[in-house]
Amino acid sequence: MNFGQFGQQFVNGLSLGSIYALVAIGLAMIFGILRLINFAHGEVLMLGAFATYFYARSGLPFLVVAVLAVLTTVVIGLVMERVAYRPTRGAPDVALLLTSLGVSIALQNAAVLAFSAQPRKFPTPRLIEQQVDLGAGVQISGTNLVTVGVALALMAGLTLFVTRTQLGVSMRATAENVTAAQLMGINITTVIVAAFVIGSVMAGVAGILWGARVGRIEPLMGFIPVLKAFVATVIGGFGSIPGAVLGAYILGFGEIFLVAWLPDALTSYRDAFVFTALILVLLVRPQGILGSTEPEKI
Amino acid sequence: MLILEDVHVAYGAIRAVKGISLEVQDRELVALVGSNGAGKTTTLRAVSGLFRPRPGSIRYDGTDLTKLAPHEIVARGISQSPEGRQIFGSLTVRENLMLGAVRRKDRAKLGDDLDRIFDLFPVLKERIGQAGGTLSGGEQQMLAIGRALMARPRLLLLDEPSLGLAPLLVQRIFDVVARLKAEGVTILLVEQNARKALEVADRGYVLETGRIVLQGPAAELAANPEVERAYLGG
Ligand SMILES: Nc1ncnc2c1ncn2[C@@H]1O[C@H](COP(=O)(O)OP(=O)(O)OP(=O)(O)O)[C@@H](O)[C@H]1O
Ligand SMILES: [Mg+2]
Repeated sequence: MNFGQFGQQFVNGLSLGSIYALVAIGLAMIFGILRLINFAHGEVLMLGAFATYFYARSGLPFLVVAVLAVLTTVVIGLVMERVAYRPTRGAPDVALLLTSLGVSIALQNAAVLAFSAQPRKFPTPRLIEQQVDLGAGVQISGTNLVTVGVALALMAGLTLFVTRTQLGVSMRATAENVTAAQLMGINITTVIVAAFVIGSVMAGVAGILWGARVGRIEPLMGFIPVLKAFVATVIGGFGSIPGAVLGAYILGFGEIFLVAWLPDALTSYRDAFVFTALILVLLVRPQGILGSTEPEKI
Repeated sequence: MLILEDVHVAYGAIRAVKGISLEVQDRELVALVGSNGAGKTTTLRAVSGLFRPRPGSIRYDGTDLTKLAPHEIVARGISQSPEGRQIFGSLTVRENLMLGAVRRKDRAKLGDDLDRIFDLFPVLKERIGQAGGTLSGGEQQMLAIGRALMARPRLLLLDEPSLGLAPLLVQRIFDVVARLKAEGVTILLVEQNARKALEVADRGYVLETGRIVLQGPAAELAANPEVERAYLGG
């Protein structure tokens, strides 16, 4: 691999890791507060991509389409919280897990019915499909550049939110100790709703970026990114948001460089390598890299 | 005025509180004492809305608290420094204190209130940017009380504020409790340290396995031979 190729793969890994990170943040945030593994998070991503697809037909500028699509995912996230998760709040972990699996499967099937299982071409704008020449033989796709930029901006925004605003600090407090948070006067419902809003924004954006990356969208497209994001959060330490982001980038880079270095015959096994890595991390550090919570919560 | 009437609370099959009736008048300091597992913490948690009494009534200034969520109870001026401190370990001392004030509407006064807390517990000022989890046990206890005070409560619930502290610190905490009372804060104080609690309190209730077995003016309770034998180590 020469320098140019390395640079290209590096940015590619950064870009893939960024998408995983956006998805993983939502998972970690909702888990941190509700102790719920929201498998339906992948369907929020999928619906974000489909919303983009349909809104783009209107001929509106892509940025407007993207904002509308993200607003749509926020509404979906809010409805999901209200209809499926609020009534089951406080139920045993297994019941929560089954609820989220149920929501995930229901949304997948509804999407197959509504949109058909046929993959569709994602309406990525021409502008960002172009290659950008960084010099020194490094060529980067515009999609990757946009992906990394958008993800970093969102993460910076999130960091400001959780450190500088009262709602953000309340969210961190609730994730650490729900009872104490209630005794402070924090309205837990507000915090949960905020977590779903933020998670849905991130998942909606991830859906658009994933659509642009892969080029096609279909009703089951949420499964792989949410699975990878789940692995990332476990590697990083479940419930820890910095951990989830770290895990996501480890996974993104690991995947890209494995494919680049492995002989062609083995590249189709890359997911096997991902899960081997997961098992190795968990053997050495059951609580994940940045995790401090008890591993039985996973 | 806080009035509990025939309050029952159970954890599944375990009946922790079996028909407690008590009241705390405005500006009064009432001590709730009793041995381990008597139901003191459960009672305070029920007042804060973490548990619903079944059956039983909890009223504060005419409002039925049993219908309110915990954050609505805080909004009515009732805050709690819980047993075991329950500090947010990953949040700074300042963040912990400011969370105590989430329900406050008069946000312009928060700076003055911070100063007041630092006046009561100067060490917290030195630790302002430090993560709550890195504080010593005693410092965490001061933070827990300071955090509850940031709500500017009209009724303050204190659950074992002196637990596990060195004698000097215990004295300091009780001094602060006495000072708060002098400032007009109504206090319901749960304590293992019955002697000290009854020293500062106006009235007291003695709880035993979920029931109130004795009540009266604090001085009378302290002089009661039964209380002396069971709780004051006499
Ligand atoms: N979460 C819980 N689940 C089951 N039982 C509980 C729970 N919390 C308390 N109990 C039981 O309820 C009873 C009263 O407990 P509580 O904590 O109110 O006592 P306490 O008077 O505060 O005791 P201590 O002085 O030790 O703090 C005890 O028998 C205790 O074992
Ligand atoms: Mg107790």
